Amino acid sequence: MPQSETLLSPVVDEDGAPFWEYASRGELRIQACARPGCGELRFPPRPCCPHCQSFDSEWRRMSGRGRIWSYVVPHPPLLPAYAKLVPYNAILVELAEAPRIRLAGNLVSAPDAPLNSVPPERLRIGAKVQVVFADLDGVAVPRWVLERP
Amino acid sequence: MAASLKDATAIVGIGQTPFAKRLPESEKTLACRAVLAALDDAGIAPSEVDAFASYTMEETDEVEIAKAIGAGDVTFFSKVGYGGGGSCATVGHLAAAIASGQASVGVAWRSRKRGSGPRPWKNTAVQLPTPAQWTRPFGLLRPADEIAMLARRYMHEYGATRDHLFNVALACRNRANQNPAAIMYERPLTREMYMTSRWISEPLCLFDNCLETDGALACVIVSAERARDCRRTPVYVHSVAQGLPSQHHGMVNYWNDDPLSGPAWTAARHLWKSADFGPHDVDVAQIYDAFTPLIPLSLEGYGFCGRGEGGAFTEGGALEIGGRLPINTGGGGLSEAYVHGFNLINEGVKQLRGTSTAQVPDAATCLVTAGEGVPTSALLLRS
Ligand SMILES: [Zn+2]
Repeated sequence: MPQSETLLSPVVDEDGAPFWEYASRGELRIQACARPGCGELRFPPRPCCPHCQSFDSEWRRMSGRGRIWSYVVPHPPLLPAYAKLVPYNAILVELAEAPRIRLAGNLVSAPDAPLNSVPPERLRIGAKVQVVFADLDGVAVPRWVLERP
Repeated sequence: MAASLKDATAIVGIGQTPFAKRLPESEKTLACRAVLAALDDAGIAPSEVDAFASYTMEETDEVEIAKAIGAGDVTFFSKVGYGGGGSCATVGHLAAAIASGQASVGVAWRSRKRGSGPRPWKNTAVQLPTPAQWTRPFGLLRPADEIAMLARRYMHEYGATRDHLFNVALACRNRANQNPAAIMYERPLTREMYMTSRWISEPLCLFDNCLETDGALACVIVSAERARDCRRTPVYVHSVAQGLPSQHHGMVNYWNDDPLSGPAWTAARHLWKSADFGPHDVDVAQIYDAFTPLIPLSLEGYGFCGRGEGGAFTEGGALEIGGRLPINTGGGGLSEAYVHGFNLINEGVKQLRGTSTAQVPDAATCLVTAGEGVPTSALLLRS
């Protein structure tokens, strides 16, 4: 079931499109330089590698494990669909394989549970989380669940 | 050795409209009023203006201003991006243009009806394109949410507290209480009010957020030589810098090694390299305060304290008049007016003229900063 008609869906650009395509298959992949000897991960995706300037890239599968680096609990004034969910959380997850890449997301109790399904007092910086994918009006978006709920 | 900007130009006029939650006039009219007030303050005829600088977010362009005020032939005009990060750069661009002979009388301005006009983040058509695909769908909707994310991590990593953020809000409010032009004149703030106020985005509460204001400001920049003949005491542009750090991502600076050392660090390195004095010689500072956590981050970035010490720096009245570093002496964006930081520039000028409503005795040097957390800029002013 879609979580809401009106939560914002990602507006995908050419550089970001592969991320969302892999997400729709339940895979968390991050862009990486494909030049032999470099291979640096980069996020957000962009046309060329800031380390070696190569335009060759690939999308590397991540384990989907990470830790909460920080989080916020927004309150009104907010867009209406989000205001209905307050207090909800937004978190930044540092990926186990690439701690300097911190994906924004939400901590939820189950893949299709709403953004406010985990009480704010359960949020902790450093908590281990695992990616799951939720359906947002037909787009697969990453969400996060606690490794040890 | 390239020509130096050091003290080559001066701010000789400042002007502003009233500040209010709602002003009846248009942004264009307010802009014209502020520009003309600044020229009148300088004693320079509008027909002598040949350079303009403002923000990319400014909605009245230089064509409209120039023809409305009766400017002469204009030979330099520039717009700086990244919202409040551009404030000091408007003066910097004009200083560079004048010092290099491209123009002789420059006007920088900002006019904004953020009090009665729309909140930019509510426009989902402009907020959704790249790079918002990585943040907005998850409910990081507003600048307050984006900065709160960094603030939470900062507090976790360095032990900064809500009391430290309160110290910032209180210093700005206390100065506004001395400034009849400030929105928050006659409205004191207490710790009780702060600690019990509503959340905007935890860990930031109402009083950690700047005002929403209608108003406009402007200033006039000329060569140091010309400044000596002007009506007001010149306030010299001693050093200017912009800062876009390597691998910086704007307000959602989440994807590099060190998100908590932002553009202030980059701007500061250049600013101090070009200056005859250092952080400990700054008498008063006007630090961009869209959100209270930007002050501890900026105190670190501009070298007033060490890494992680920005919260503790605010203790013991350090930011008040008579403290180690009085800040935002007109009340700042938190309590005077939020006009993308332009009021901080004009307040710096007032301090060095000796005419602030919260005057720091014998102030001779002032740091003015633009928005931290976005590509930024800064100015060192001296009398
Ligand atoms: Zn590479």
